[in-house]
Amino acid sequence: MSENASRRMMLRAEGVTKRFDGREVLRGIDLTVEQGDVVAILGPSGSGKTTLLRCLNFLERADGGTLEFDGERIELARATGKDVARLRRKTAFVFQNYNLFLNKTVLQNVTLGLTAARGMRRDEARERAVRALEKVGMAQRLDSYPAQLSGGQQQRVAIARGLAAQPEIFYFDEPTSALDPELIGEVLSVMRTLAEEGRTMLVVTHEMGFARSVSSKVLFLEDGAVVESGPTADFFTRPKTQRSRSFVESILAERER
Amino acid sequence: MLEAIGAFFAQMFSSRVWGILVDSFPRLLGYFLRVSIPLTLLSFLLALVISVAVAMIQYAQVPVLRQICRFYIWVVRGTPLLVQLYMVFYGLPSLGVMLDAFPCAVLVFGFNEGAYMAESMRGALEAVPRGQLEAGACVGLRYLQIMRHIVLPQAFRIAFPALSNSLISMVKGTSLAASVTVMEMFRQAQVINGRLHESLGLYAEVALIYLLFCTLLTFLQRRGEKRLSRFGGVK
Ligand SMILES: Nc1ncnc2c1ncn2[C@@H]1O[C@H](COP(=O)(O)OP(=O)(O)OP(=O)(O)O)[C@@H](O)[C@H]1O
Ligand SMILES: [Mg+2]
Repeated sequence: MSENASRRMMLRAEGVTKRFDGREVLRGIDLTVEQGDVVAILGPSGSGKTTLLRCLNFLERADGGTLEFDGERIELARATGKDVARLRRKTAFVFQNYNLFLNKTVLQNVTLGLTAARGMRRDEARERAVRALEKVGMAQRLDSYPAQLSGGQQQRVAIARGLAAQPEIFYFDEPTSALDPELIGEVLSVMRTLAEEGRTMLVVTHEMGFARSVSSKVLFLEDGAVVESGPTADFFTRPKTQRSRSFVESILAERER
Repeated sequence: MLEAIGAFFAQMFSSRVWGILVDSFPRLLGYFLRVSIPLTLLSFLLALVISVAVAMIQYAQVPVLRQICRFYIWVVRGTPLLVQLYMVFYGLPSLGVMLDAFPCAVLVFGFNEGAYMAESMRGALEAVPRGQLEAGACVGLRYLQIMRHIVLPQAFRIAFPALSNSLISMVKGTSLAASVTVMEMFRQAQVINGRLHESLGLYAEVALIYLLFCTLLTFLQRRGEKRLSRFGGVK
């Protein structure tokens, strides 16, 4: 992990701040992600996890901070439309509520970004889309519409949509928290596969089992600030701060109930 | 009341009236097909283009243009259609703008219904969940691509019942073109009536033709809605 110095630095965010109506929601977040890292972003509700991810992908415009990504350095607040487009081309975002294009079939959901945004040929895009859909176990539903799928199936298609773009990094914002309990497993297992392939992932989650067994690093936020960050094993076995300790304990207690 | 209804049917089915109706039917239907329907379709097409443009300008909050659109909707919705027709057809020539009756009617109907349809479209655009746009942005689409591939198609589905409503109301509205000399079905009925003096029968016949066509449109609307819901899509 951290002793493996040969790994490439993928993303470094420094001093990310964000205000909503004058209220500071992110108060100078630092974050470093190396290639192949799976970073679990944990923290209580309202701590700013979603906002952080959204700022990194410019769905929300940060007020300050810099982003170094894939060898390029950008001031978050000053990024131009071109910067945003270029960066997004290297990222995939998986939303809590899937956000599949409702008027498009499963196949079209995956190909649209390839053909329209990247100018890929139709047949080539289709081939790539089918491969991505096979990977998430949805290739048998190419012509279904999102409304005809379960939440778990929709989320897997959403992951395939990201996969097809061959991103440098995946952002997941609580990908399973809108799902019925019996559907959570299928999505987590797809994500586990991605992690095992060495894909770089930033995952906001309340699934502690997943965070613990799959992630390599933890970023623990509270009240818009990083309380603790470091290797996952350390976080769960010997948390450095009182806050992380009680967070871990409360989570474990909840699981026992 | 009953007596009036009885009298109505007695008159309608007297052999004189019946003969007039049967004779005039192909003629009236011909005008309906050759003039009223094209007038409706052209006006509706114009209204559709206007409404999509106006709704998108407001949705995207384009400065200045947005205020112009609000002004247009305010004026058009706040004044009677018949008055608008008169102003353009009888009024504009005094400013040197002369339009033939038919294109004049298309313009007025198009701009008039366009204002109502723009409001339907705007509501529909705003009903498309924000997450749809965000997902589009995340797969790398530019704003206009997102509009074209994702937001507009969904908005059309949402607005479909309202747009159908506009089309149906426009079919009937074209009868107002008679007042600015467009020789469409209603005006043709007036002409025939001038010769034969059978107001009740002739105008009832005209009403029936409108009714049948609107029934057909309503049927098509149902089918369309069913089809759209089969795609699932917007819930
Ligand atoms: N668009 C917005 N406008 C105003 N305030 C917002 C907005 N989005 C988020 N906030 C506020 O910012 C804070 C952080 O929200 P955020 O959604 O990032 O938290 P979170 O850690 O993801 O919480 P959860 O675990 O409940 O998803 C919250 O107090 C929230 O109310
Ligand atoms: Mg959140």
